[in-house]
Amino acid sequence: MTDHTPGTELPEDRAPKRVIGTPSPASGTSLLGREEQAGEAAVPGVHPPDEKKARRAERIAALCFFITFLSGIGFIASYVAFQVNTVDNTAVSNLALGGTLTLALLGLAVGIVVWVRGVMPKYNLVQERHPMRSDAETRSYVGETFLQGAQESGITKRPLLRRTLLAAAAPLGLAPLVLLKDLGPLPETKLRHTVWSPEHNGGKELRLVVEGSGQPIRAADFNSPGGLLSVVPEGYEHDLTALAKATLILINLRPEEIKSGTNKNWMHNGIVAYSKICTHVGCPAALYEQTTHHILCPCHQSTFDATDGAKVIFGPAARPLPQLPIGVDSEGYLVAKGDFAVPVGPSFWERGDAEAEVRNQGRTS
Amino acid sequence: MFRITAGRRHPLARYAVLLFALVLAGSVYTLTALGDQSADAAIATGKVDDVAEGEKLFEAHCMSCHGTDAVGTAAGPTLVGVGAAAVDFQMSSGRMPAATYSGAQALRKPLPEWVTPEKIRQIGAYVQSLGGGPTVPTKADVSTEGADMAKGGELFRANCISCHNWVGAGGALTEGKFAPPLNEATPEQIYEAMITGPQAMPVFNDSVISPQEKRDMIAYIVGVRNQTDPGGFGLGRIGPVTEGLVAWIAGISALALAAIWITAKKRQTND
Repeated sequence: MTDHTPGTELPEDRAPKRVIGTPSPASGTSLLGREEQAGEAAVPGVHPPDEKKARRAERIAALCFFITFLSGIGFIASYVAFQVNTVDNTAVSNLALGGTLTLALLGLAVGIVVWVRGVMPKYNLVQERHPMRSDAETRSYVGETFLQGAQESGITKRPLLRRTLLAAAAPLGLAPLVLLKDLGPLPETKLRHTVWSPEHNGGKELRLVVEGSGQPIRAADFNSPGGLLSVVPEGYEHDLTALAKATLILINLRPEEIKSGTNKNWMHNGIVAYSKICTHVGCPAALYEQTTHHILCPCHQSTFDATDGAKVIFGPAARPLPQLPIGVDSEGYLVAKGDFAVPVGPSFWERGDAEAEVRNQGRTS
Repeated sequence: MFRITAGRRHPLARYAVLLFALVLAGSVYTLTALGDQSADAAIATGKVDDVAEGEKLFEAHCMSCHGTDAVGTAAGPTLVGVGAAAVDFQMSSGRMPAATYSGAQALRKPLPEWVTPEKIRQIGAYVQSLGGGPTVPTKADVSTEGADMAKGGELFRANCISCHNWVGAGGALTEGKFAPPLNEATPEQIYEAMITGPQAMPVFNDSVISPQEKRDMIAYIVGVRNQTDPGGFGLGRIGPVTEGLVAWIAGISALALAAIWITAKKRQTND
């Protein structure tokens, strides 16, 4: 913002010599341009950009700044104009605020980049790196000052202050270590059991209810071959901690389709219940194709064969989906006859080969 | 173009035009009149034997794959016991007849000319007569009047979204099969799909998901179509997949290009 009046001495700096927005006289501009160029050429290796190109870049940058100016005003105006009393209005408000702010910041950024690239001269600059170490004089001065300060503070002379300060710092230092306790406690056997276990409910066999409606399921009603249901334990419909392990898929198979991998004693009239938790990393595996009997996990495409004990036929899962023993109660509703024989869901450190343990138990008993 | 303009003044041109117009008018009349006649006949007699008509249609259009008396062949499953609802779903959505399809599954497509609601009803009646099965839902069965969209949404999220996506955008299955988007499905087709389990879809019969609950779910499926997408484009509304793709390809390439441009060295003019 230097004001140039003819006759005075020209300043040596390279700043534009006119106020933005006020056109200077044509003769003055050309005279100024010539003089500036002459002055800059004196610096070796520094090439000012071609004046025609520079002027074009100047106009583009100015346009960008003007867009930013308008968008900034637009942002304030949108804040006032668009109220957020409903979801739809909030969406409009978000769009207007975000849009104007994006435009404003983008205009500023593009404008400055155009300014630097189009208007400013280009040259290579080498800056020598100086040694990091301070000189001997500074070092000895710092050392002396430090020792003098220590002396004056009396930290060596007054042990009471020194010791209480150390004592004060010790618990604060330990505090973060104590917080590590929240990583625990260890799950112990929690990962091995679900709420389906009758022992967990005082010997009561839990009914299977439809996820979403909470309706218990009569075995006679779930009678269409090719049927599928997402099922949760009665009484735990909204207990997310329990459901993380206990959610099931219930599938109705035609008797002739069932293969040896499926435990028929744990089925009821062609109805089989598998854990919905994928044994790979625990996604809900509930994509079921009734034509191929494939259960598919949407996360990593692990595919299980529902007719063959949910055996893995494709994908990264290492184990079949555990099967839940089901039966019917006196009223004909489907109930869980016991817990899963093996832990559901993905592997964990202490899991071991639970399937082999189950097989061995079966052989000895 | 030049030749036609030149031939315009030929002495026979006016006769040719006249003949052409006559043939056009005649054929249009014949076609429309024929259509009217058959429809009129069906209405006039009032009581067409749907089962007999359906059997004729079945023999003409379906038997080559589904076999004599619809017992099924290697090319097509048996239709005994699938019910009129299955026929209505498959034919009204254009999946059947699927004479030429060769992909993983039959696709929704425009209906062939001969497939009218009347013909679908007749084939449905014939298939129904073979072994029963679910019947076509009435208007009242699929009415969303007074349906509980929130409850329907809960059931939809529990049982359907693993394949069909939480707003019914569809999704992939195994070996090229896929769960179709639900945006084009009519309420009747949604209901029929649940009770019949078309193609790879499991069955959700009326005794486990009650008709009222099905109406709630239809209300949800139809309702989410009208939702606005906060923040601009829906990007297919299939969540992180498209959003991530757009962010990576469009966003990051734009950033990379911008960074290259900003730091690029401008060629110095040698003067």
